Amino acid sequence: MSIWEYANPVKFIRTTDRVLPWISVLAFASLAIGLIWGFFFTPDDFRQGSTVKIIYLHVPSALMAINAWLMMLVASLIWIVRRHHVSALAARAAAPVGAAMTIIGLATGAIWGQPMWGTWWAWDPRLTSFLILFLFYLGYMALWEAIEDDDTAADLTSILCLVGSVFALLSRYAVNFWNQGLHQGASVMRAGAIAGDTEERVSNVFFLPLMVCILGFVLLFIALVFLRTQTEIRARRTRALIARERQT
Amino acid sequence: MIALLKRDLALAIRAGGGFGLGLAFFLIVTVLVPFGVGADTGLLSRIAPGILWVGALLACLLSLDRILALDWEDGSLDLLATAPLPMEGIVSIKALAHWITTGLPLVAAAPVLGVLLNLPGPGYLWLIVSLALGTPALSVIGTFGAALTVGLKRGGLLMSLLVLPLYVPTLIFGAEVARRGAEGLAVQTPLLMLAGISFGVTALLPFASAAVLRINLR
Repeated sequence: MSIWEYANPVKFIRTTDRVLPWISVLAFASLAIGLIWGFFFTPDDFRQGSTVKIIYLHVPSALMAINAWLMMLVASLIWIVRRHHVSALAARAAAPVGAAMTIIGLATGAIWGQPMWGTWWAWDPRLTSFLILFLFYLGYMALWEAIEDDDTAADLTSILCLVGSVFALLSRYAVNFWNQGLHQGASVMRAGAIAGDTEERVSNVFFLPLMVCILGFVLLFIALVFLRTQTEIRARRTRALIARERQT
Repeated sequence: MIALLKRDLALAIRAGGGFGLGLAFFLIVTVLVPFGVGADTGLLSRIAPGILWVGALLACLLSLDRILALDWEDGSLDLLATAPLPMEGIVSIKALAHWITTGLPLVAAAPVLGVLLNLPGPGYLWLIVSLALGTPALSVIGTFGAALTVGLKRGGLLMSLLVLPLYVPTLIFGAEVARRGAEGLAVQTPLLMLAGISFGVTALLPFASAAVLRINLR
């Protein structure tokens, strides 16, 4: 029993079919619990008022926007090294989801920034590098769409994904250069917080619903990627069947 | 390799168009900016380094599809691929030829256009230095983009979408060097970063471009 068994599309579809309902239900349950808990049952922040509650959408989506690209990177590497088609299709399936997460992160950030910073958009390092990440997603998806041959497209996009990761990282540090940050640093997973220093921690009142929301977003991402990968596999199989039909 | 470089250079010069086109585009972009933002010399001299860098970048981008597309169409790229020269060498030479025909003229023309934009005195040296250091990176990254889209019918727009995000770090550090130089600040840190990007990209990216090109020629 090894993880590579799931490189077999039939096995992959059979397994994901079995777990998909569970994951989806769990995702929606934790999202519903987390969001309702966050929006209605947490106190207002003493300085930010109720606007702080958008954090329950903003932080998880921003987190997943980056993790989606990481997942695509791993899937691309697996495709390059071991040439499992499911892996390439999973990378393809994850890209639009990641792009959507990026958009959600940017949009909620803008909505949050308007009352807090007095501006929808600032050319701040974090905001700018996120916008660039979004451009990378667009380019990646456009390249998949543009190439007709499936294997060629998978090869080219996986190399683009590798190169893109390096440059996305580089942009992330490059933009630090020309502007002061307006966006705060990481405050949820701070070193002091993990060590248990209560002074530096986000209060449990906010922290627990946030964790539930993050869990919900992770599960939602997994469910969507499974579903989209299944769709890609089935679409490819249909195309193969149609092609075979035409030959005979 | 040298024969290939000579051939590419001769083709670029004799075919016309590609050689001067980038320069003319650079000139036009620079001339358009004062029309767009107004002819206030104070404002112009402040944004001049950035405008010149963006203009140079766009001029570079415009000529990228010529790197490989012509050779792809007439089949000489297939011949080159079967030649004893490794693919990495071919793409490096292609990038070098692109830099000599596009990047170098841009570097030479930039100070002249700087006069048009009222660039402050100390900025000229650093503008030239930053462009001379940065444009090779633009050519090498651009060759990667050209290799990715070489087989596509309408690859131009897609290539811009792929290449422009990759250009971001180079542009940031290059424009930062030019801006700090123009304002008389210390330029060492962005200059070192720009040099690092340029050399790192030249060393590593040809491998990716070659891999991509091999896939496309398959």
